[in-house]
Amino acid sequence: MREIVLHLLDLAENSVSAGAGTIRIGICEDLDADRLTVSLADDGCGMDPETVRKVADPFYTGRTTRNVGLGIPLLKEAAETANGGMTIHSQPGAGTTIQISFQHSHIDRMPLGNLAETFRELSVAHPEVHWIDRYTARKDGAERTFEFDDQPVKEILADVPLTHPDVLAFLRETLEQGLGEAQSILEPASLQEK
Amino acid sequence: MPTVKSLEDLQKIRAEALKKREIKTAPGSIQIVVGMGTPGIAAGARDTLKEILAIIEEKHLTNITVRQTGNIGLDSWEPIVQVIKGADAPVTYGKVNPFAARRIMDEHVQGGKVVAEYVVPA
Repeated sequence: MREIVLHLLDLAENSVSAGAGTIRIGICEDLDADRLTVSLADDGCGMDPETVRKVADPFYTGRTTRNVGLGIPLLKEAAETANGGMTIHSQPGAGTTIQISFQHSHIDRMPLGNLAETFRELSVAHPEVHWIDRYTARKDGAERTFEFDDQPVKEILADVPLTHPDVLAFLRETLEQGLGEAQSILEPASLQEK
Repeated sequence: MPTVKSLEDLQKIRAEALKKREIKTAPGSIQIVVGMGTPGIAAGARDTLKEILAIIEEKHLTNITVRQTGNIGLDSWEPIVQVIKGADAPVTYGKVNPFAARRIMDEHVQGGKVVAEYVVPA
C-alpha cells in the first residue's frame, strides 16, 4: 500500500468491523512543524491492553474480534521509517483511537493520496456509520480547516441512497472544493491566487 | 462544512429522486459489494471501487447501492466484487480490476448478463 489514504481505508475497515457507530478521521499537514498526522477515533468494541500490544506484531491477527492483520505493522514501520510513529489507545467497550505521524518532508514519507475520493468512498460504502472527517493545513502561521460531517447529508436524503449519481456528484464537488481550499495554503506563494 | 446552499441542493436532489422513484426500496434494486479488507486494498480494490462510483455518476445509474466489506477469505481472487440483483442469487467476481469492473457494470448490472470469465468458481 503506497499511499496514506489506502492505509486509512484499511484502518477504517478495522473500526467498522469493531462495530463503530461514529468514526472521526483527522488529517493534519503542518508544514511549520514539518509533521503529517493521521488519526482515527472510533466508538467500536475496543481492545484490551494485551491485544493493543499485539496489533503491531505482523504475526498476530485477532480475526475472532477484529480483522487486524498485516495492515497495522506495515503502517507502523512506514511511519517510523519517515521519522514518525504510531500510538494506539483503546479501551474495551469504549473504542479505539489510533494516531500515526510522519515527518512531512521526509524522503521516505509515502504520499497522502486523494483524500476527497477516500472520504467519499467511506461515507458512501458504509452508510450505517456516521463519518466526521477533518482536514487541517498549517503553513507560515496560517491555518485552514475543512470538516465534513455526513450526518446532515444523510438526514436530508433519508431513503435516497448516497450512491444516487447526483448525490455522488454533490459529495465529490463538496469534498474536492472544501479540501482544495484548505490545501491551497500549502502551495508556494507564487501559485496561490490571493 | 457544506454551506446552507449546498444542503438546499441536496433537498432538490431528493425531491427529484422521489419524483422518479429512485429510492433504495424500489423493486429491482442492485447491490454491489466490494471487498476492502487489507488483501483487497493491497490488490487494488480501491481503484475498482473508484471506477464503479465513476461509472454510476457518468452513466447516471440509479437504484444501485455500493457497499464495502472486510476480508471475504478469497485472498487469491482479490479484488472481489459481488453483484446482487433483486432476488437473484449473488454473483461473486474475482480479480476485478477497473477494466473488469466496467465490463461487469455494462454487461451484468446494466445488461443483465453475467460476465462468466470473471466469476469465482464455486
